[in-house]
Amino acid sequence: MRVVIAEDSVLLRAGLVEVLEKFGIEVAAATPDAESVLAAIEEHRPDLAILDVRMPPTFTDEGLRAALTVRRQWPQTKVLVLSQYVEERYATELLSEQTSGVGYLLKDRVADVREFVDALQRVAAGGTALDPEVVAQLLIRRRSDPIERLTPREKEVLGLMAEGRSNAGIATALVVSDSAVAKHINNIFAKLDLAESPDNDHRRVMAVLRYLRNSP
Amino acid sequence: MTSIRAIVRGPFTASTWLATMQVMTGAAVAVIVFSVMIALASVAIVVLPTVVLVAVPFIAMLACAEVFTIWQRSRIAAFTGVQITVARGLLPRHSDASLISDLLKAARTLSTWRQIGYHLIVGPAIALAGGTAVAVCWAGALIYTATPLQLLLFPATIGTSAPKDIAVTLAGPVLFFVAPWVARATARLDTVTAAAMLGPTRADEVRRLAESRAATIEAADAERRRMERDLHDGTQQRLVSMAMRLGLALATLEDLPDEARKVIERAHEDAKEALKELRDLVQGMHPAILADRGLDAALSGVAARAPLPVALTVDLPDGRPLAAIEAVAFFVVSETLTNTAKHADATQVHVDVTHHGKLLTIRIEDDGHGGADPRKGSGLQGLRQRVASVDGTLRIHSPHGGPTVITAELPCES
Repeated sequence: MRVVIAEDSVLLRAGLVEVLEKFGIEVAAATPDAESVLAAIEEHRPDLAILDVRMPPTFTDEGLRAALTVRRQWPQTKVLVLSQYVEERYATELLSEQTSGVGYLLKDRVADVREFVDALQRVAAGGTALDPEVVAQLLIRRRSDPIERLTPREKEVLGLMAEGRSNAGIATALVVSDSAVAKHINNIFAKLDLAESPDNDHRRVMAVLRYLRNSP
Repeated sequence: MTSIRAIVRGPFTASTWLATMQVMTGAAVAVIVFSVMIALASVAIVVLPTVVLVAVPFIAMLACAEVFTIWQRSRIAAFTGVQITVARGLLPRHSDASLISDLLKAARTLSTWRQIGYHLIVGPAIALAGGTAVAVCWAGALIYTATPLQLLLFPATIGTSAPKDIAVTLAGPVLFFVAPWVARATARLDTVTAAAMLGPTRADEVRRLAESRAATIEAADAERRRMERDLHDGTQQRLVSMAMRLGLALATLEDLPDEARKVIERAHEDAKEALKELRDLVQGMHPAILADRGLDAALSGVAARAPLPVALTVDLPDGRPLAAIEAVAFFVVSETLTNTAKHADATQVHVDVTHHGKLLTIRIEDDGHGGADPRKGSGLQGLRQRVASVDGTLRIHSPHGGPTVITAELPCES
């Protein structure tokens, strides 16, 4: 796997490169701002771009806008957005166009390097990785939509789905059996009016989308 | 018998002669000021039919009045020590607007006409009347005191009746002791009038205080943003780097002795905890998203980080309130959630942010045990002060047994 990094802190840029190379991931370019990362992606066409949200020149949401540009212009390049703080508003904007091949994590998550590399590989493979903090913020904001019909446990399961976890991953996180998770997920599909379809993954994505959007 | 003593000592005190000098210099200054102002006013009246030309004498009047105000302030300060503050200069300066609109603005400003009125009418009138009165008193005292001497030396030259001689003889000393009071009263009138007409009005003062308060609030907000940025660019990145390197060591070093692994694991956990605590602290203060995406977006984070379940409803129109209002609104929610988590023993909090007319209303209700009292503890008091700093109101309804409802209403134009 080849990645391109945009991170304005020299310290973290070097650290990220070191971590990724230790895990056999090739870093094609590591840049300090959004403009140069777009040029690097154009040049290297990596599998994944890791983008910091706050970068020069305005230090607001450069990385977020760059992520949207990348997904639009180079669909084969997936994006993982990292930030010192996660905000549901940014997550919603980031996931407004597509929910696959997108990740949004707190920078803290880099500290648990194995989990971080797992999340990174999940996103590169076309999955999603949403920080639990974002999921918590999203849960607070949903009041008058079908999500409210879910039980707290089902919401928890849906939250973990939105983070990009598999059934087995959800079962481990909640310390329940795989079949219990499957039952919860079926209930979620039913309550969100997602009809049976042969493609189970598609329904998963739809459920997460419902979860992230106000209108069903 | 202090009053008799004061009368006797009157002519021999410094204040008497300072007052006399103040009135006399006032008269001298008034002659110049009045001549210039009346000339300019006459020109203005003559050219009044040609509207555009009026601007010329008007500008000249503003310029002269500004100089005269400085003179009069200096004179009053020199003799009395009273410092008359000036709200602002009369002539428009450092303005992006056109000269004409600046002049129209000056012409509509009360303080302009108060100052011109002082220099043209009130000042000269007081100087003339007061100056004359004081001069007459002192001159009379001097001349009449000399009368007995004149009668004694040259009795033939006057030759008037005895009662009149006695009256005239008495007039000298009487005037000598009355003159100080006239001088001081005139000087007092001079000072008070100048302060009232050249100094700031109540409205000027209110505006100045409002501006300085807004500047203070803005400075405090800027300071919070700066701290947030500094922490973000420095300490937080370093902590992330540290946690990452410790994590890398744990993940990649195979043959660590058990003890070393335990130490690193502990340091790794500490670093992550420090990151979380720092993030919560900074985010509770002034999150970057508040400036970037507004109040609505910023509240999700603070509500989700609260250690108890929060249901958040935000209903705001598209336009955003002023940054200072957003900052206070954010602080109200953040601080109240912290207080509730600490003291209320609540299991659920409802936060509703709505907007009606020109009011932004924040209502926070918890199901805790109530009894919140602003007089105990500084949390609620600080909250009330912060809300008051933008002319908002804070109501706390917290009977014993609960529930607690805190309502903040903030003025909001959008």
